[in-house]
Amino acid sequence: MSTLQIIITIAVVVGATMLTRFLPYILFPSEEKTPDYIRYLGRVLAPAIFGFLVVYCLKNVNFTGGSFGIPEIISIALVVVTFVWKRNMMLSMAVGTVLYMVLVQTVFA
Amino acid sequence: MTEHENVRGRALKFAFPLTIPVMAGYLFLGITYGFLMVSKGMPMFMPVLTAAVIYTGSMEFLMTDILVSSFHPLSAFVTALVVGARHLFYGLAMLSKYRDTGWKKFYLIFTTSDETFAVSYSAEIPETVDKSWFYFWVSLLDQIYWVTGAAIGGICGSFIHFNTKGLDFVMTAMFVVIFLNQWIKDSKKGRGLLKDHVSEFVGLGASVVCLLIFGADSFIIPSMLVILAVLTLLRKKLEKMEMSPAAADKIRAKEKEDEQ
Repeated sequence: MSTLQIIITIAVVVGATMLTRFLPYILFPSEEKTPDYIRYLGRVLAPAIFGFLVVYCLKNVNFTGGSFGIPEIISIALVVVTFVWKRNMMLSMAVGTVLYMVLVQTVFA
Repeated sequence: MTEHENVRGRALKFAFPLTIPVMAGYLFLGITYGFLMVSKGMPMFMPVLTAAVIYTGSMEFLMTDILVSSFHPLSAFVTALVVGARHLFYGLAMLSKYRDTGWKKFYLIFTTSDETFAVSYSAEIPETVDKSWFYFWVSLLDQIYWVTGAAIGGICGSFIHFNTKGLDFVMTAMFVVIFLNQWIKDSKKGRGLLKDHVSEFVGLGASVVCLLIFGADSFIIPSMLVILAVLTLLRKKLEKMEMSPAAADKIRAKEKEDEQ
């Protein structure tokens, strides 16, 4: 991206993010008047988006060649196990990332 | 000390301890973010700037990827909309709490974040503490932690050089944890694996299918549309399911009454 394209991208992202923050205060001055459909989306959309984001992070992993996604699978397994065990977000992120870095820099280099 | 300073000071004293867990998390994540952004070849000020103006951790991590890919402003816009969609619901929940906060309201809305929402929404504010100043301090302190973290990461990343290969996995790990956290929360509904996690399965399934069809560069918007469409189609079914445990309880209670 050129500098101008970077500036445009950041501006667009800031605009969209601000829209999500300010929209409820503009559209729904009171909670009672919020349409049921919007409230329904509020309950069900987030878990689906989280699922999408996991897939997004793995979008460039090659499962049919190269390292076959093995470092990703092992590291995600460690993240899951430590989180279920300790319920500590920072700890799971730290150990998972360190393990992944070690794997892709040594065994799967 | 004037009365006005007193009000501010008391609110700060009450707010600060509640933000300490956020400080730990934001500094750690912010440093990682700054490091990652610089390791992708961005200048030192970039993580600080984006941390201050976007101020949504998950979106900023995605930016480290988006800014080094080809130029797709519409895709970036849609991504930011859906990643920030949860703010809509924080906003709905905070509508009444942020009412009557005067000039601070704009800043409070501008700095809406997962953690700030969690602290502000759940805090039991004593009568002696001014609510609008309390919300203001929580929002400001949290933002300071985040921007400071990004600055430390950006500066260190520019001077310390080590093999950062694989560091971007921190983003994957973050979303896996967020997803897992949601999964654990939804499991408590106790309606069985499939029924408890319909949204999660829709999200994963739609994204994987769209990834296979449209490829890594252009599957974002199709995924979002499919997720929205499927969840809209499933609305009646899901709402019925949400109703059923409560409805079942009512029926059970009535049966008990009848027996007596």
